Amino acid sequence: MTDKTMKALTRRGALGLLGSAGAALMAPNLLGKPAFAQTKGAPSGRIIVGLVQEPTVFNPLMVKIEVDDGVHFSLFDALFRFTPEGELVPNLATEVPSQANGGISEDGKEWRVKLRDNVKWHDGKPFTAEDVKFTLELIVNPKFRAWRTAGHSLVRDIKIVSPTEITWKMEKPFSPYLSFLTETFIIPKHAFDGVADPNSAPFNQSPIGTGAFKWDRRVAGDRVELVAHADYHGEGPFLKQLVFKYIPDTTVHYTQFRSGDIDLLGRMYITPDNYKDAKTLPDRIIQLQPAPSIESIALNLERPQFKDLAVRQALYAAIDKAAIIDAIYYGVPDSVESYVPRSSYYYYDGLPRHEYSPDKANELLDKAGWKRGRGGIREKNGVRLSFKNSTTSGNHLREQMQQFVQQMLQQVGVEMTIENMPAAVMWGDFWMQSRFDTAVVGITYLIGSDPDVTNRFHSKSITAQGGAGSNNVQLKNARVDELLEQGTALFDPKQRKVIYDEVQQIVRNELPFLPLFAENYIHGRKKGINGFKPNGNTRTESWNAAQWYWAS
Amino acid sequence: MFVFLLNRLWQSVILLIIVSIIGFTILNMIPGGPLSQYALDPGMTAADLERLKEQMGLNRPLPIQYLDWAWRMAGGDWGTSYRDGQPVTAVIGRHIFATLILMGSSMAISMALGTWIGIRGATHRYSIFDYTATVGAMVALSIPTFWFGLVGIYIFSLQLGWLPAGNMYTIGNETVLGYLQHLILPSLVLSLVHVAVWSRYMRTATLDVINQEFVRTARAKGVPEKRVLMKHVVGNALLPMITLAGMQLPQLLGGALVTETVFTWPGMGRLFLDSLGYSDYPVVMGLLMLSAILTLLGNLIADIVVSMVDPRIRLS
Repeated sequence: MTDKTMKALTRRGALGLLGSAGAALMAPNLLGKPAFAQTKGAPSGRIIVGLVQEPTVFNPLMVKIEVDDGVHFSLFDALFRFTPEGELVPNLATEVPSQANGGISEDGKEWRVKLRDNVKWHDGKPFTAEDVKFTLELIVNPKFRAWRTAGHSLVRDIKIVSPTEITWKMEKPFSPYLSFLTETFIIPKHAFDGVADPNSAPFNQSPIGTGAFKWDRRVAGDRVELVAHADYHGEGPFLKQLVFKYIPDTTVHYTQFRSGDIDLLGRMYITPDNYKDAKTLPDRIIQLQPAPSIESIALNLERPQFKDLAVRQALYAAIDKAAIIDAIYYGVPDSVESYVPRSSYYYYDGLPRHEYSPDKANELLDKAGWKRGRGGIREKNGVRLSFKNSTTSGNHLREQMQQFVQQMLQQVGVEMTIENMPAAVMWGDFWMQSRFDTAVVGITYLIGSDPDVTNRFHSKSITAQGGAGSNNVQLKNARVDELLEQGTALFDPKQRKVIYDEVQQIVRNELPFLPLFAENYIHGRKKGINGFKPNGNTRTESWNAAQWYWAS
Repeated sequence: MFVFLLNRLWQSVILLIIVSIIGFTILNMIPGGPLSQYALDPGMTAADLERLKEQMGLNRPLPIQYLDWAWRMAGGDWGTSYRDGQPVTAVIGRHIFATLILMGSSMAISMALGTWIGIRGATHRYSIFDYTATVGAMVALSIPTFWFGLVGIYIFSLQLGWLPAGNMYTIGNETVLGYLQHLILPSLVLSLVHVAVWSRYMRTATLDVINQEFVRTARAKGVPEKRVLMKHVVGNALLPMITLAGMQLPQLLGGALVTETVFTWPGMGRLFLDSLGYSDYPVVMGLLMLSAILTLLGNLIADIVVSMVDPRIRLS
């Protein structure tokens, strides 16, 4: 792991480009400029994070979107956390339970978690095992509008051994639960005393956490203001104030970063078309960070055209991925072969590399018996090699790519027609019930950064065939099923890695989707900000705001 | 007067019911719905989505959902926002101030300026001033506000550094002066369009009056030109403008979508767009009803004002 991590870091380091001094277009907004702290010390200064979506959910257990996570990571703690290198470390717990340290029983069903005893809620009350129990129970309360219940629904028999120790049983061994717990923020039991409906508890609008920052106030439609929590149990915070500012448009978002109104760009960061310009800005640091989402062309394997592996291989060979990345996406994304992001411990580097070769594509199709028929389109046994390609309409870069792919496929005798639709239609039943032929889609395959992809690739996860899950490409592979079932019952990362390496190889060989590239987030921040460290194993750039500080 | 008001009232109620039914139906016909934003979340299963649907009452038949909403609405309960769990009235209340300031200042500028340009354009018809105003109005109307806003920010904020690049105030410096400084650019950009519209209306209204017999009579009587203009011409030309101003009332609170986006102004226009984007039905319906009520109210006020100003018009 160390090897891979080091490699990833140097690569990232090389990509993280410092903004070079250019023509000074900046008009620093002198009013309200934050007081600069010299070093890490008593909390001082302020950082304003700009977001293009508005955080509106402050009970971290309720149904939410990514931008809410940034606020939650600052206000709350979970039992464990992921480091940027993909390692699990304790947060409110004192150690990560494993079979080796006895935290998880040999059969994987009995869990024991030891908790810190020096943690205080923002209102001064002590944090105890009662709060953990309350949190885990609230998530599965049928009246509560909870976010994910996966994993939580397997928990039985929660017992408080002492204020700093809690145990529970799992209905079956389920190792991804460890990862899911990194996104399960613990909330205080006492804030819900006497509350009849947890969906409308006062807590949901003025949250109390154990995190490095305390709730101050929210100006709806504009921003959320947090202040330092002096009694934080961990390192930090070094900032006096942390502000999440809502800027509803990506162009304006970037403009306010240029003008200096915001200090650090949050989601959706800098758009690829502004990347070049951003690198010339003085006193700004621009840094690339692989996103967990993988862009691909998903193939509906139940369509007669795609049943033949040779067709899928030929389509992949016929697409010039490098040209797509350079000509359309400004060279920002990285070409990929796997669905696992590089920031994950489980990323397998040994997959065969894509080679662009129309000749090979033609050869594969010829050999498989797909002959050119009318209009130069290949066909076999009455099936024409013709299909529709769909994605969200209005996504200009994707639309350009579609046209590009269309031309490249035409050269090998494949007809692709483009039929795009609004997001709500595209990702509704059309996608979920596998009614598409092919789709351009960006998917985050790992849930909570765990390598388990049962939801995506297990044959029982095909909704269109009566299953429950998101295996929308309808992959059915007995070996994959078997591996996935083994993988969730294993707890040792080394043993699990063997399993998921094989899954990645099978998926790469079977090509249920043509992997294109991993998006890179283009992070931007003012030069004086230290401690910023993107983490591909979380959904937010603000996962470690406790460590941020200004240096002049 | 009383009979008139009573008549207006029951007509308005029927109108509001029709508006709400149409609005509710169309809103629910939009594919996707409030839960579609979670559909691509890797960990949200179909079962999770189904559970949320049930909890939010979205799996009930549409007429039942409507009746439930309408019944609560009649009792003064505007519902709760799906997006942030707050009562709809509170959500609207928190955005209305920002919009009122922006729209109020911009309308004050545009009405004053537009009226003056309109009158002057009419009295100095086909002069250089008139041509400039006409061409200017066409340009202002045809160039998108979005572009105007960005150009304004580029010149005055990025290049010259005179004005802030948006927002209602600088965080940490919430003084009146700060507010005003932030208000200048968005309200001017927004005024551009309104001045154009307003001046065209005013010019036409003035021209309609200026050629009337009674104006000629007044001049023939030897009334000073200034008095003719102010009392006879403008007085009569302003009458249609009162109705027009009444119709602007919902706009005053409805907000300016584009300007609020460019200048990150946390007003009603943004709220409407965001709520629509998230399919936050309760808030969208709340905003729809509010603007319907304001339209009716604006018309009513205009009618009453006109009847007070113009003795020829009676309200019954």
